[in-house]
Amino acid sequence: MANWTETTANIAGTTLTIVRGGSGKPLLMLHDELGFPGWVKWNDELAKEHELIIPLQPGYGKTPRVDWIRSYRDLGGFYAMMLREMNLAPIDVVAFSAGGYIAAEMAASDPNIFRHMALVAPMGLKPTEGEILDIFPLTIRTCIRRTVADPSTPEFGTIYGGEMTPEQFEAFEDARAEAARLGWEPYMHNPSLGYLLGNAKNLPTLLVWGDKDAVVPKGCIDAYKKALPNAKTVVVPNVGHRPEIENSAEFLKAMNEFLAS
Amino acid sequence: MKIGYFTERPYRWVPEDEVFKNHAFFAVSNKFFDREKAADDYNYYLDEACYAEEVGFDVVALNEHHGNPFCMGGVMNVEASILARLTKKVKIVLIGNPLPVLKHPLRMAEELAEIDLISRGRLVTGWVRGAGSEQFFNNANPAYNREYFNEAHDFIIKAWTKPGPWRYEGKHFHYRHVNPWALPYQKPHPPIWIPGVLSPETVKWCAEHRYPYIGLGTALGPSCDLWDLYADEAAKQGYQAGSENFGYLIPTFVAETEEKAQELGKGFVYGGGQNAFSRPEFTLPPGYNSKGAVKMLARQPGGSWLGVSPDKLRQAQTDEEEDMRDYNEVRRKLAGSFQKAQRNFQVICGTPKTVLPKIKMLLQILRPGIFIFFNVQGPVSNQDRMTSMRLLAEEVNPAVREYAQELDLPDPYEKEPGIVKAYSGARRLPVVDRTPLDSLNLSF
Repeated sequence: MANWTETTANIAGTTLTIVRGGSGKPLLMLHDELGFPGWVKWNDELAKEHELIIPLQPGYGKTPRVDWIRSYRDLGGFYAMMLREMNLAPIDVVAFSAGGYIAAEMAASDPNIFRHMALVAPMGLKPTEGEILDIFPLTIRTCIRRTVADPSTPEFGTIYGGEMTPEQFEAFEDARAEAARLGWEPYMHNPSLGYLLGNAKNLPTLLVWGDKDAVVPKGCIDAYKKALPNAKTVVVPNVGHRPEIENSAEFLKAMNEFLAS
Repeated sequence: MKIGYFTERPYRWVPEDEVFKNHAFFAVSNKFFDREKAADDYNYYLDEACYAEEVGFDVVALNEHHGNPFCMGGVMNVEASILARLTKKVKIVLIGNPLPVLKHPLRMAEELAEIDLISRGRLVTGWVRGAGSEQFFNNANPAYNREYFNEAHDFIIKAWTKPGPWRYEGKHFHYRHVNPWALPYQKPHPPIWIPGVLSPETVKWCAEHRYPYIGLGTALGPSCDLWDLYADEAAKQGYQAGSENFGYLIPTFVAETEEKAQELGKGFVYGGGQNAFSRPEFTLPPGYNSKGAVKMLARQPGGSWLGVSPDKLRQAQTDEEEDMRDYNEVRRKLAGSFQKAQRNFQVICGTPKTVLPKIKMLLQILRPGIFIFFNVQGPVSNQDRMTSMRLLAEEVNPAVREYAQELDLPDPYEKEPGIVKAYSGARRLPVVDRTPLDSLNLSF
């Protein structure tokens, strides 16, 4: 287990909790709409050559809610402020699901803030075909189960197996509420983002997607490819919305190659 | 005391098995909607409201739900407008308009002003947050529900009372030109009564605003607790709460014989009744509940994240459970729950003679100034529904009025809510009488 710690930073008057671990070139990680699932094996692997910097999104329990953040674009602006104040820009980023939406907003606003941008099953653009799964009218169980193709994936059990504690239930409700505040309508996408991503057409970008993803359809990846024609795409076969745990080897290989490029 | 009449205006033709199959009324496909039957029913329910006035109820109460055969009142203000013209005496009580899901408070201020004008000041307007399912139906962001509610309420009161034109830039609502030409008939605005199902936040908010709070068939023990919470908050605001601050609505069905009342009263649990209003995922949308309410929910037995033990996790391959239930067995269980609801005083059913003592018991415990009878759900005929209304009006209500007099239960028209001053240092007076709860085994 790599050495990781929880730190805090004061950003725009808010005490932001940031998980930091590993050593090497800094790598910003933006967690998904359900919250940071905890430091697991693939984090260890990636942390061998990178220092992972994982801000815990405002409103997700550990970091207080910020009332003026009302969209993923606002949140992207907040994280951009964090990177500048911590002298971390430009930085590599890996971002998951709604975290991908945030990273894309940041890149669209200021493409020089990132060196490499890896988006894993990203939300943020209206799919060219299909729909992003509406997670709001789902029970916790259904919502979480839909994120993987195979619920017997060991890391899935590590994260979500066993009895759910009241604190975990509250954290999950915090996550859903904040995701609703930012992404209720239009649902988890921003109609102007695809156009503004034109600013980032020269930013090295990797799109990772599992071909059994039940949350983000292939149409989202196609929409990103349309907005960022130079982006590289890696489709991981037989996995769902969490390729990083369902096929960590493939995911890490794609990440390492991309970040070394 | 004001005695009211209320019905959900159920769509009585939805096949019960479809409700069972869907595990709720909300989200049953509208392919089961029959236009001819609905046209008959919309007209009938308006006639029924007029009949309530004719037989002597003081109040006709309406509500609103969306996308749900449980209640056909999808746009309550339409019905209220018609009743404003058709009726002559009854108070038209809206319990209530779901402000957060309608998202247009200026339009709401205009609609209600027109209804109040047409009825020449018989409107009582209430507000609700809207059921969880309605946040989805109307695409109203549930995480801002309470903020929408508070802002819309404050805006409407201002639109009715501050001469225009003026400009409004709020957090969620924005208007360039606020100057509604039609203002309510009643000055400064119609009375406001707030219905609820025991949210402490709402109860405190009502006490702060001196609005009567109407418990919607809520369990007796917790209702007493929240009446006390209201009265404590009222004391902090400098007034003594009394029956003028409280109302209660109770599902009630009366027939000439006990057998018939029991048989038709089962309509209250048709399809699962109120408990089958919507499935849990629609009932609890994200951010809809306060942090305090979520904390309480989190401590209810909930099980594992994935609905399976860690050992069984590996075997769990699907998340869809096949519905293997025998619907006749479901119906038998519901009949059992109907009996339990009667024992708990959450449904009252019988002949005029057998229902009266139970109603008196409710009045003694909760001491409401507003008492509203909620007519039966399910496929009960027009004639049986009207018989229940007539029997209540002729054989029950006179005794209820007499008993309310005896207990001294003034309504908000007889005594303005909040008018009785609380003196600092003095103990506030009781607002409920819990003595019978123990003997009824209903203290929980």
